[in-house]
Amino acid sequence: MYDTPELDRTVTRNELKFACKNVQVFYGDTHAIKDVDVELEDKTVTAFIGPSGCGKSTFLRCLNRMNDTIDICRVEGDILLDDVDIYDKRVDPVQLRAKVGMVFQKPNPFPKSIYDNVAYGPRIHGLAKNKAELDDVVERALRRGAIWDEVKDRLDAPGTGLSGGQQQRLCIARAVATEPEVLLMDEPCSALDPIATAQVEELIDELRANFSVVIVTHSMQQAARVSQKTAFFHLGNLVEFGETGQIFTNPTDERTESYITGRIG
Amino acid sequence: MTDATLDTGGERRASHGSLTAQDERTKRRNRAEARFKAYGIAAISAGLFFLCVLLVSIITNGLTAFQQTFIEVEVFLDPEVLDKNGNRDPDDLRKVSTFGYNPLINQAVFDKINSFDLDSPIEDPKQMRNLVSASAAATLRDSVLEDPELIGQTLTYQLLASSRVDGYLKGRVSRESIAEDKNITVEDLDLVDQMVEAGIIAKSFNWSFITGADASESRPEQAGIGVSMLGSLFMMFVVLALSLPIGVAASIYLEEFAPQNRFTDFIEVNISNLAAVPSIVFGILGLAVFIQFMHLPQSAPLVGGLVLTLMTLPTIIISTRASLKAVPPSIRDAALGVGASKMQSVFHHVLPLAMPGILTGTIIGLAQALGETAPLLLIGMVGYIATNYPEGVASGFMDPNSAIPAQIYQWATRADPAFYERAWGGIIILLVFLMTMNIIAILLRRRFERRW
Repeated sequence: MYDTPELDRTVTRNELKFACKNVQVFYGDTHAIKDVDVELEDKTVTAFIGPSGCGKSTFLRCLNRMNDTIDICRVEGDILLDDVDIYDKRVDPVQLRAKVGMVFQKPNPFPKSIYDNVAYGPRIHGLAKNKAELDDVVERALRRGAIWDEVKDRLDAPGTGLSGGQQQRLCIARAVATEPEVLLMDEPCSALDPIATAQVEELIDELRANFSVVIVTHSMQQAARVSQKTAFFHLGNLVEFGETGQIFTNPTDERTESYITGRIG
Repeated sequence: MTDATLDTGGERRASHGSLTAQDERTKRRNRAEARFKAYGIAAISAGLFFLCVLLVSIITNGLTAFQQTFIEVEVFLDPEVLDKNGNRDPDDLRKVSTFGYNPLINQAVFDKINSFDLDSPIEDPKQMRNLVSASAAATLRDSVLEDPELIGQTLTYQLLASSRVDGYLKGRVSRESIAEDKNITVEDLDLVDQMVEAGIIAKSFNWSFITGADASESRPEQAGIGVSMLGSLFMMFVVLALSLPIGVAASIYLEEFAPQNRFTDFIEVNISNLAAVPSIVFGILGLAVFIQFMHLPQSAPLVGGLVLTLMTLPTIIISTRASLKAVPPSIRDAALGVGASKMQSVFHHVLPLAMPGILTGTIIGLAQALGETAPLLLIGMVGYIATNYPEGVASGFMDPNSAIPAQIYQWATRADPAFYERAWGGIIILLVFLMTMNIIAILLRRRFERRW
């Protein structure tokens, strides 16, 4: 029922990145995420879909502990990244976030130059020894963000002066500049027009070669287009998780079917 | 998608009347709007009116303080009087007090009047002391002590006229008003009229009002605001050096790091309350803590600065927190998302964006502190310093001093109306300072403001 482009649907068993077992998230007294078990693989795009308020963004933010910034948020259960519990006391969230990068819903470049936007992460993590090396890192990141050709002549221009789609690709470039292993994307295209969306989706597919990508999206077409695996969340529960093709063509759960056919949500 | 069908209402359709004619309801609404606009315009006009009254009265009353009457005379520095031993020894010269110089000045003025062939009713040179300021002798003595070689020469001096003569030229003193005045007579004023015509007495710009020190009750013509400006400057250094780092650090902690709980709520409420505490309360706190308990010197700019710091801190904290709050959270997310620590995200991204607001708040807090009088009175920041540079001028943070507003207050309480004029003049200087600070605040805001 959806025009899915001829993506690589043959799912080879990739190395496991994230293994989540019995994850519970509470906001104060509200039980936002209930008993979620999910396994995210390397070099795979996993899409989280579901109606608004179902907890998919909350769960995504658990994966790099961005929820730590919310005082009343409490996470239980195990989230293992390469077999290390990321909520272990010894884990420094700063190091974790260098490994698990994030792209946000609204493009949020720093009010600095394009160069400084991308160079900020490598600088604070000491990824470049000198200016020339940093230049290389920035160029590589901007190329990976598919924005190099548009901005190579004006790296000193402010990042906030770009168009919405360019800003979002700049943010993706900024996120990949720190060489993360996992890239979390929280509705990266919701503020973009269809052309910019297409560019970002193409980019996500390219990023799959190097990263494990997790994307939260409201657009089921987008999930179908870019992801290999799809997780459907509903009211804080992980209803169904499986190969994208199977979820969209032959869902096992009734709620999934209702959602993808537009009856709930 | 949606199951609800629209209730189109069928036949029931409200009649709205003609679009060109206003119905009663619309008219009432429009009248209410017009009334509200009128209230606003009236309020603003009232404000502007009083601002104009304020400025006009300050300028008309205060500008005269920047003009002073001087008498130009040639004084013969008589060696017989000034240096009896004839050896120009500074110690000997010092023994001749200003009383020794007075006859020389009186004689010089007397001779000058006679040389112009004026119709003077005054026979005695001693009467000239009514015309010349009591400070003139000190001016002469200072110049002689500085360069003893001047003795024996005849030099031209611009001597301050007495405050009555000055007031007469400025219109403050009239023949009627001096009926009871022992310091000047009607004959003196007649003579002054002639001297003005002859060009011996003239008004000129009064630099010593801006740079000079305060003077005693009997010689308002000599009083200046320079020393208390210095005192205010020292205090502002202390306030800036303490309140900016403490205030910004406290706000960053409260805004970015502190957990949200009852305790921080309590602190927050109390900081807001502190901003509303009357300044005289801070004054008595300063008296108790800094002077009685810590035994810091009285009247010192250091203590004044500490008290004003306490007073300014809430203002700075509140404005800094407001500008930190105004930084969009997406910037913090972005920084945390690339693996910056909390502190890095604050210092690399949030603080620079909040800078214009912080600077504006700080400068407004400083301006508020600059104009504060009440706490200074309680800690004795009304030191009376009457000697000019280099002797006696308050030289540091621990020496007694005054401050601009305290000096203005002092002048306003003195009896001689000549001080009244100087109080207005001091207010002009204070306002110039405040306006300069506000302009700096605006410029900094413009300079650092960035869009996101």
